[in-house]
Amino acid sequence: MARVHLTPSLGQFTGGALVFEIDVATIKHLLTALVELHPALEPHFASGVAVAIDGTIFQDDLFSPIPPDSEVHILPMISGG
Amino acid sequence: MQEKVNSTPATGFNVIGSRPIRPDGMDKVTGRARFGADYNLPGQLVGKVLRSPHPHARIRSIDVTAALALDGVKSIVTRDDFPEQADATSNFGEGTINFHDVTRTVMAREKALFAGHPVAAVAATSEAVARRALKLIKVDYEVLPFVIDVDEAMKPDAPILHEKLVTQGVTPPPTKPTNIAKRVEFVLGDVDKGFKDADIVVQRDFKTAAVHQGYIEPHAVLATVAEDGQAEVWVSTQGHWIVRSNCAALLGWDISKIKVNAAEIGGGFGAKTVVYLEPLALALSKKAGRPVKMVMSREEVMRASGPTSAASMTIKVGVKKDGRIVAGEALLKYQAGALPGSPVGPGCMCAFAPYDIENVKTIGYDVVSNRPKVAAYRAPGAPISEYAVECVLDEIAGKLGMDPIEFRLKNAAKEGTRLAYGPKMGPIGYIETLEAAKASAHWRTPLGKNQGRGVASGYWFNIGGETTVSLVLNEDGTLVLTAGTPDIGGLRASLAMMASEELGVPLDKIRVQIGDTNSLGYNFLTGGSRSTYSSGMATVDAARDIKKEVMRRAAKLWDLPEEAVEWDAASNAVRPAGPNAGKHKPITLRDIAKMTGKTGGPIVGYARLNAHGAGPSLATHIADVEIDPETGKVSVIRYTAIQDAGRAIHPSYVEGQYQGGAVQGIGWALNEEYIYGSDGQLQNAGFLDYRIPVASDVPMIDTVIVEVPNPRHPYGVRGVGETPIVPPMAAIANAVADATGVRFTELPMSPPRVLARLEAARKAGEKGLKV
Repeated sequence: MARVHLTPSLGQFTGGALVFEIDVATIKHLLTALVELHPALEPHFASGVAVAIDGTIFQDDLFSPIPPDSEVHILPMISGG
Repeated sequence: MQEKVNSTPATGFNVIGSRPIRPDGMDKVTGRARFGADYNLPGQLVGKVLRSPHPHARIRSIDVTAALALDGVKSIVTRDDFPEQADATSNFGEGTINFHDVTRTVMAREKALFAGHPVAAVAATSEAVARRALKLIKVDYEVLPFVIDVDEAMKPDAPILHEKLVTQGVTPPPTKPTNIAKRVEFVLGDVDKGFKDADIVVQRDFKTAAVHQGYIEPHAVLATVAEDGQAEVWVSTQGHWIVRSNCAALLGWDISKIKVNAAEIGGGFGAKTVVYLEPLALALSKKAGRPVKMVMSREEVMRASGPTSAASMTIKVGVKKDGRIVAGEALLKYQAGALPGSPVGPGCMCAFAPYDIENVKTIGYDVVSNRPKVAAYRAPGAPISEYAVECVLDEIAGKLGMDPIEFRLKNAAKEGTRLAYGPKMGPIGYIETLEAAKASAHWRTPLGKNQGRGVASGYWFNIGGETTVSLVLNEDGTLVLTAGTPDIGGLRASLAMMASEELGVPLDKIRVQIGDTNSLGYNFLTGGSRSTYSSGMATVDAARDIKKEVMRRAAKLWDLPEEAVEWDAASNAVRPAGPNAGKHKPITLRDIAKMTGKTGGPIVGYARLNAHGAGPSLATHIADVEIDPETGKVSVIRYTAIQDAGRAIHPSYVEGQYQGGAVQGIGWALNEEYIYGSDGQLQNAGFLDYRIPVASDVPMIDTVIVEVPNPRHPYGVRGVGETPIVPPMAAIANAVADATGVRFTELPMSPPRVLARLEAARKAGEKGLKV
């Protein structure tokens, strides 16, 4: 079961819930599961997010695996100069 | 003096870590290199832009009739030539983008939102004709009240730029229009409890000015559109795939119709990651049926291409008497320019990132005002917030009577530290940078009269992203590597070195070129400190692809199964392994290259990947300054930049990045600022009045490369291009405080501002004033 954290700014789409325990295999499954729980997240996810899995950041990616008991953070996309 | 100078490879490597002559050097010093404005085509027209004289005005109508009738004018474009875009943020390439805003950046629609905003563009047979035509375009403006300053723009009675803009990130969603585009928040722990537990709490307000990236080469583009709609573009850009996709979206064309070539680039620093002239040149060319070349003047660059944000901030930090930081809080208000999209999010995320703090809260506001839309500038957002935090930390170290490096060491983030935005740190080299600073000769050298020393640290994430590379084995055993990320800071040298390391082919036998958008799969841009990391990762993959194919062919020649041969790294040849060892003479890459036809055809390594796991880079800088109490001039007299590179592929280029970032930071700290008059006009749109540092303004920037390898890269590379601009402003501000005995909380610390602050301190009888 992965422990998934949202940033406080996303709380407006989840009724304030920011931490979830979800059993998923990949980022794709994670995002799908969160949208099923809170449909208001869908447009936000569609516009792009970064996902940190145990500290490693994956941007614009669906298929990276989420190991059981991993710590996951949904973050804004990070760009740069 | 450099503290790490060598021309030999790093331990365990044959090439990596050495300092070969740069492959692009000859072309650049002889003038042979072709930058954006160096491209020309027969029959080309000159494109010029009509820009709004008003900082804020509704555009009632645009009449181009007289201009079009002028002899020599071949085409004119206005807002009517660009389709309206949906007002929605979408995932585009590797970032989020709102084309409703992008189309308004390249060409004003219902309103001109800043002085310099494009209103129309003309293509004519000469520059003189184009300029005359601009004067003949009649624009009917309804002049509106404007707002420049970020704090003023947030006030309830401020002039509103966008009637439909409401603040995102607020619950319940507001309905009233505002200039505050977005509120973001990051929370770790409980800051109220943290401040309650603190023995010392310091809170300060800061302001930073908008500064321009200051690249020497202005924006330049040449575009041609054929009768069948096939277009080709030559442009100075950090990402030609981004130019292609943006232009296709803005014009409503198929991506396949546009081929983009990246010219050599005379600096970008983030600002050449967006489009300005490119869609205009394409639209003008299509209408005229002739190529169109457009080059911005320096004034246009300053008035209309993105600087970075000005900001207004409040920072609060609480510590225990033993020096442990127990709470940090930041309120960041970043000016976005005329359209939403300041880098306040990364500013919030990076503000306290170098430190292990249990309780952190950062709140950020993205605020529009009547200035050009900001663009990325090295570590966008981070230098601003980290400047303010590092100044407060320095003040606290003073109150505690602690050495500022020891104070940072006591609180330094390390592997496993939880970041304020959530995840835990992977392996990083922050403590190593602090230890190197403490051990440096610079830190121990005594100071003279009116001199001061400051230290500050900085953090930036770094990114990966989509990348494609091809590596061709030529018939004589030499290699041609085609990458898709423009070479800004030594990419060609670094990629050649990684290919050479993998395959044992000498560097002078490897030619690296930057391919056009039709020659490779998609490549995200050179930015986010990603190109050596991502294109390097792809180069290693492509080289290993070649190695595998060469081994396969050698095995076939020997009638052995593929698993019965191995690559001998010492001789860079394939040899039989296991029970077959010694049965055949080893075959080199060159041997196989000569017989590719007989053995199955050309050998090409190809790698396409989405690079993840870019390791963050942390830095610590030391600055010495001398104050002239008569004039207020601050001179940087010694400077050392220390940073974790992960692995320095070509140390000279890494040092160059450290030095360049430090010098840009010196400019940001001491002189650079966008100055607006009461009329909303930029007063210093040129390098005479907008003062970037020149060689005589700065000392030699000493560098120390720390290497804590990034485990996600085959050679341990981290990006290095952005972090170096994060620490300088605070390092210099802390040095100025050390020299004068009073703190400065506004950038730039220009002579008038320093004099005024010292005079105020004298009048107020501030304790500790030294000059």
